[in-house]
Amino acid sequence: MAEKLRFRDPELAKEIVQKITLVTPKNEHVKFCHVCGTHEWTITHYGLRSLLPQNVEVIAGPGCPVCIVPAAEIDEAVKLAQKGVVITCFGDVLRVPGSRMSLLEAKAEGSDVRVVYSVSDAVEMAKHEKNKEFVFSAVGFETTAPSTAVEALGKPPANFSFLVSHRLIPPAMELLLGVGDLNIEGFIAPGHVSAIIGMKPYELFPRVYRMPTVVAGFEPIDVLMGIYMLLKQRAEGIARLENEYSRVVKWEGNPKALEVMEQAFAVTSGNWRGIGRLPDSALKLRDELLDYDAREKYGVHIEQGKDILLGCECHLVIIGKIKPNECPMFMKACTPAKPIGACMVSSEGTCRVWSKTIEAQRVS
Amino acid sequence: MCLAIPALVTRLECDKAQVDFGEGVLRDVNVTLVDVKVGDYVLVHAGYAIQTVDKEDALETLSLWKEILAAEKDPGS
Repeated sequence: MAEKLRFRDPELAKEIVQKITLVTPKNEHVKFCHVCGTHEWTITHYGLRSLLPQNVEVIAGPGCPVCIVPAAEIDEAVKLAQKGVVITCFGDVLRVPGSRMSLLEAKAEGSDVRVVYSVSDAVEMAKHEKNKEFVFSAVGFETTAPSTAVEALGKPPANFSFLVSHRLIPPAMELLLGVGDLNIEGFIAPGHVSAIIGMKPYELFPRVYRMPTVVAGFEPIDVLMGIYMLLKQRAEGIARLENEYSRVVKWEGNPKALEVMEQAFAVTSGNWRGIGRLPDSALKLRDELLDYDAREKYGVHIEQGKDILLGCECHLVIIGKIKPNECPMFMKACTPAKPIGACMVSSEGTCRVWSKTIEAQRVS
Repeated sequence: MCLAIPALVTRLECDKAQVDFGEGVLRDVNVTLVDVKVGDYVLVHAGYAIQTVDKEDALETLSLWKEILAAEKDPGS
């Protein structure tokens, strides 16, 4: 279906690039920001930056939900694993550095840490192994949170609970606008977060901040089109909210998903690795589901962790302040085989994405 | 991590559906969050269908692109 619909058609890409060149101002630098690891993957994998005029820059914001989980929340999972609780998590979470060790290192020391494809797989494990305690490390943005909500509301077995580390994207986008000298002139909003939350949460960006915002999909043509739509708004001197990914993203999002999230979670402030505490940016289980909150059940509350190791510049990469190759450790001390920072760990971390492509080769 | 992959619903049983990701990759996914029937395409993320993808909507994307590109005749700069 994809090929037939020209989502990767080079001729169409050429046509869009020509249009992009037409609407790009000649002597000004234009900077747009996306906030999604999958967008960074598409941009880097297909070499889209090399197709853009030199004065159009697209930077990656905090779009990797694994990279921004603070060390303290990994420490909580490690602590539970060491107490004999089975920790279940997505594959990307396994190597995220905690203050002392990652879950993978805890596993190497003998703890029972298991990778699952879905939270429902973790619940099934708990149902089959009633003699063990299970905790699911619930990491992810709004795309992932509904699946946690469904399981939490679905009366999981008593030997199952959640360490909720879900975060919300719009507050992080708002934060970026306050970062001095970042000078973003438009947002490419994340397609699959938007499949859940819809368009409305982005309305404030054009309205309050005069920031052109386009929700875009993940095929190369989607991203080029999103960049073109932003440039066009800029050329016309307007700021509005547009939807390039209408084949998936509806104005209202996914009402069923929003409803289960509302039933299961309350919005609270949360720490983001490399960023700090952001108000109204995290989810926690509602009081009536506290039996399933691993922090309450086992009394683990770690407030402070060591988020960034000396010399690591993940905190600057996460907010798009520097590019991976501007970190002195990138592909030297810090590589996919031996990652130091969270951005090199997750397959959607900006450093990890760059490490896989030609852009990494250009560093040397 | 917000990667979501389109798949065809091949069998439906209460909240579970078997979906085909293409090339013979089949998996059971949870369809609580969407209204689907056999033959529909869904977007699957971490074992959950998070949205339906309607073929007509996909075709509309094409016409949307055409429309946006055609609208640009005399750009300012």
